[in-house]
Parts: sequence; structure tokens; C-alpha cells
Amino acid sequence: MTILVDQNTKVLCQGMTGWAGTYHTNRMIQYGTNIVAGVTPGKGGKSHIDVPVFNTVTEAMAATGANASCVFVPPPNAAAAIIEDIEAEMPLVVVVTERISALDMVRVREALKGSKTRMVGPNSQGVLAPDVCQIGVMATDRARRGSIGVVSRSASLTSEVVAQLTAAGLGQSTTIGIGGDAVHGMGFAECLGLFFADPQTDAVVMIGEIGGNEEQEAARYLRESGLIKPVVALIAGQYAPPQRRMGHAGTLTLLGRGDAGNKIADLEAAGVMIAPSAHLVGATMRDVLAKRAA
Amino acid sequence: MELHEFQAKGLLSRYALECPQGHVAATPEEAERAATSLGSSNLFVKAQIHAGSRFKAGGVRKVRSPAEAKAAARELLGQKLVTQQTGPGGQTVRSVLVEAGVEGGQELYLAMIVDGSSGALMVMGGDGGTDVEERTGNGLPSLKALLLGTSGEMHPGEIADFCKALGLSGAAAENCVGVIRNMHRAFIELDASLIEINPLLVTAGGGLVVADAKVMLDDNAMFRHPDLAALRDQSDVDAVELKAQQHQINFVQLTGDVGIVANGAGLGLATLDLVRAAGGVPANFMDIRTTAKSLDIAQGISLVLDNPRAKVLLINVYGGGMQPCDTIVEGLGIAVRRKGKSLPIVLRLTGNNEELARLRLISFNLQAVECGDMWQAATRAVAIAAGRG
Repeated sequence: MTILVDQNTKVLCQGMTGWAGTYHTNRMIQYGTNIVAGVTPGKGGKSHIDVPVFNTVTEAMAATGANASCVFVPPPNAAAAIIEDIEAEMPLVVVVTERISALDMVRVREALKGSKTRMVGPNSQGVLAPDVCQIGVMATDRARRGSIGVVSRSASLTSEVVAQLTAAGLGQSTTIGIGGDAVHGMGFAECLGLFFADPQTDAVVMIGEIGGNEEQEAARYLRESGLIKPVVALIAGQYAPPQRRMGHAGTLTLLGRGDAGNKIADLEAAGVMIAPSAHLVGATMRDVLAKRAA
Repeated sequence: MELHEFQAKGLLSRYALECPQGHVAATPEEAERAATSLGSSNLFVKAQIHAGSRFKAGGVRKVRSPAEAKAAARELLGQKLVTQQTGPGGQTVRSVLVEAGVEGGQELYLAMIVDGSSGALMVMGGDGGTDVEERTGNGLPSLKALLLGTSGEMHPGEIADFCKALGLSGAAAENCVGVIRNMHRAFIELDASLIEINPLLVTAGGGLVVADAKVMLDDNAMFRHPDLAALRDQSDVDAVELKAQQHQINFVQLTGDVGIVANGAGLGLATLDLVRAAGGVPANFMDIRTTAKSLDIAQGISLVLDNPRAKVLLINVYGGGMQPCDTIVEGLGIAVRRKGKSLPIVLRLTGNNEELARLRLISFNLQAVECGDMWQAATRAVAIAAGRG
């Protein structure tokens, strides 16, 4: 099984008619994702890359039964597009858009409270269930169907780790990019919970980095829930200079929050195996599973 | 976007936050005139740089007369001020703030940020002073925190309770509620990412005065604030990092000799870690954004080739859905051709279009040591930088 998406997932793309939306929607269709609609205000009634376009999310859901949205809308209008999904009770929203303002995301988080929507991202590569469904912009060439869950703050390291897992003979159940921004939707803890509940997922890789305290929260969650399945973690940026934004907005350490050492200590205390180096995540997972089987 | 103290106070004053009287000065003479107009014998001359810890570094001078203000300004202006937060290179002082001193008792710390985990605004408060960052570094609960929504407090009376918990009472506690409400309005209306007041002085009558303030604005919201764009002062931003930004590349100068090219922030951070683990020191951090085209990438790689300290180019690429390997190699080829020079190249290439990228290496006639994984590449690059290659 997979989490968040499955063979019944029907995807609509907001911002599909733009350059990036067109390119990536085509990639998703080629991968086998069931793309049922595009939404671009003012272009309703047309068709783009053989996909029907609607003016609003509500219309598109009613006409096509879409149950997931992939958002490519540029930053100034992205929050409004997400809030439209939440109001239409879209079950899953995956936000690829990068550089949405932090206060806009606070407004989105307020709208998410008590809603029926789960949001992944923003600044996310998306959700991939190998051979089943791709929502997002990630590399898919090394991904293989299997039983390792991957949850990550970094798109590039997800590709890297997926390649290592596949090379170690370990396929993936689902990979989730929770996004590189400080204010985002689903976090590590929530994803860990879904993977723990999924009968087809045997173990989880968690890819964190400096900044924020999301990894500490995951550690707290694991201490409370217990380590139901093995978790291997990689924390990138141990040698990054403090007070600098290292590519992802979420890496900026404001007021001393979020250095790598604290994250590693907290996760280790919760029973998580820390990969000793970025190139050893696949091997570490293989060893952990071998020890468990023995 | 970081603001100078005088800019921060100018903005906060619009929101009824009381700041000491002061004037910004770019020359010693202007500083003297500013001190004369303030007409006080209790004055401060404060270096305006984008970094804190100025007091400990001698960037804040207490003076008693216009003549002393002029002398202090002459010492500070044009100097490179090195504080705990500037890095070893320091920042050049291009202006000073001449400000009237305020008599105060208790010193408070107040800060507002966007809290990622709760997805809300967070106001933090506690005792003021110069070591707040050290005290909060390990997440120690020495600061009190309160979450706020975009429309203010989530339950009535929370802000008042928060102010009492800071040890305030009477008029000071009431005024502090007003200060937090005004900070909150400023934060929302300005699209701030940080408003930090340290110290907030409590005067004898319970008044609250913003003695020092730091404000950062959200770059991603500047499309809503064309009027605030003029506050941007990039004179202290590294010219190389600025140029990289213009080409869709996140770049941070570091002190070592291993030049790094990576696509993706996480992969870039991991590459830094691997180089350090292999005993080397990175010359830079690089994250080629997925929106960068081969000409942008060429500009970014040229910045590393131009770094006189860099002895090797470590290229760590995972070709993704948006940016295949051959785009990066094309950028490399263009950069080397334009510069007419190169560094030893250690290459780790995998993912989308990696075979095509190898053909591009040949067509550009690039000599590169290709390694099968990131660790081999890092150790090889470090060896070459150390003259053991």
C-alpha cells in the first residue's frame, strides 16, 4: 500500500497552463498519474495538453471527481489558490510553488485548521508512490516499488536517498517532500504516523536539515508513540555557518533555533538511527533491517 | 531583507512605538549637528550595520557633547566593525545613528517571529540584554512565548497575562500590551519576518521605550511593498553572492579551498558536510535553483573559478525532473570556455540525462575525474586541494 495517494487518486493541476505547469503535468501523465483537470481562472471550458480546464476548483471537482490537487500557481496568488482548495474540501493539496510569503502561509495554516484538507508543501517536490502515482516534480528514474517510506525537507536529497535505497535492494512505498519553507503543511511527525499505520511500509527514512525545530518535534512524537517501525535519519548542514540562509528559507536560524547537533541528539534519544554520512543512508537502512531480521 | 536600526525605528515609530529622538548621520559634521539639535548631554552614537552585538564590539559610544559625538562618528565611519555576528571580515560603517539617551530601569527583550511549527506568529519576551542568543541557543525556556494569529490574540486577555508573566505591573504592564499589539500590527502590515526589541526600557513612569530594534522584512512579500524596496541597503552584501542571486543561484562565501557546485539546497548542505568529514574546508556553498538555465549555471561556476582560494571544483549533481545533468555540464563547459581557464574538476553525476551529460563533457573537451558516489568525490577533491591529488 501507499500513503496519501493510490491507484484511485485523480489529480487536478492549478496553474497547469503556465510553462512549468505544462511541463510537469506532461511528465506526470507519462508516469501514469491520472490527471483529470486543470484549473486556471479565465481559461475554463478550454482544453490544454488534452486535459479539460476549469475556472474553479469546485467546478473541476464536480465534473471530474478530482481528489488531489497539484499547485503550480506563482507566489503572489498561490495562497488564494490553496485556500480555494481548502474551501472546496479537496482531500490532498501538494504545493510545488516556491517563495510564497511566510504570512500568506500563516493565513493558509489558519484556513487548514479543522478543515478536511491535508497539505504537502509548499516548496515541495511532491508525493511519489513508485509505479502508482506521481504528484509533483521529482526525479522518478531510480524509484522502485517497495516498503521503505521516505519523508524529507529536501528534494535533491530525496532523489539521492531514493537512488541509494534502490541500489541497496530496497524499494519505496511512498516518498513525501514536506517542503523547504519554514511554514508548511504536513510535517515529519504526521508523515511518520501515516507510515507507521501503513501495513506495507516496513521502515522510514527521514531527511532533515538545519533550521526550525521540526526534527525535535518528530523526536518528541516518536518518544510518545514509541518507535513502531525502524527510522533512519539524515540531518544535512552540520557544518553550515549560523545566521545564514542556505538555499532553503527554512534553514535560516533565527534567534538560535535549530542547529544540527540538537536535532541529532533528540532523534537518537528517541531511538532513531542517524546515518553517519549522506552517502550511507541506503546502507544504514539495509543494516538496520538485517539486524532486525536476525 | 535586513534593515538598519534607524530604518527599523522609523518604521516602528509609524506604529506608535516610542523610540528615542535621533538622527542618522553619514559624516562627522552631520553627527555634530545632530547632537546639537538633540540638545542633550546624554547621547549615543551607534554604528549602523546589519549585525548585532555592536555594543560589545565598540560600535555604540556614549557621548556628552556635540564635539564628542563628532569625534565618535569620525572613529566609527568608514571603519570595518567586527562583531560576534558579522563574521571575521566585519562590516563597513557607512552611517551612524545619533540618539538621545533614555533613563530607564528594567530592560526587557521582546521579539516577534513566524513560528513554523505552529504556523502562527510568536511573541517572545524576557529579561533584556546582550546575551539573549546564547541563552536561547539550546531552546532553554528562559523566554516566555505566546502564539498570535494574523488577527491578533487567539483568546482575550492572553497578551495581558503574558505581560504580567514578564514581571510587569501597573502602567508598565498596560503599556506593554499596547506595545505588543502595535508590534503585531507592524508585523502584519510590513510583512516582517522578525521584529526584535532589545532592550525595551521601562521608564520611571511605566513608559516603554524602544532603545534598540532589529527588523527583517520577508523578501517573498516585497511584491506587496514597492515602497519599502528603497530601504534595501546591499552595500555590505558580498558582491559575489549578489551576482549569484541574480542568476537563480544561492551562494554563500566560505573560507576554504574546495569550490562546490551542487544543485539543490539539501545536496549542497550534504556536500559541505562530506567535504568537512573528509578533512577539507569548502570555499563556498552553492545551491543551483531548478529555475537556473545553463547560462545562469555558467555564471555561478565562473564565480567559483574566480575565487583565488579555490584549488579544486567539486561538482555534485543529481539530475532531477526540472534540471537534467546535461544542463549543469553545459553550464560548466560555457564557464570554462569563457574564462579560458579551469580548476581540477571532480565530478559526481547521476540522475536524469547523465549519459547525455557525459557526451557533453567530451564535446566541451572537459577533463574531469568522475566518481561513483558523493563520498569518493569529496575525498578526491579534498586530496587534490591538499596537493595530494
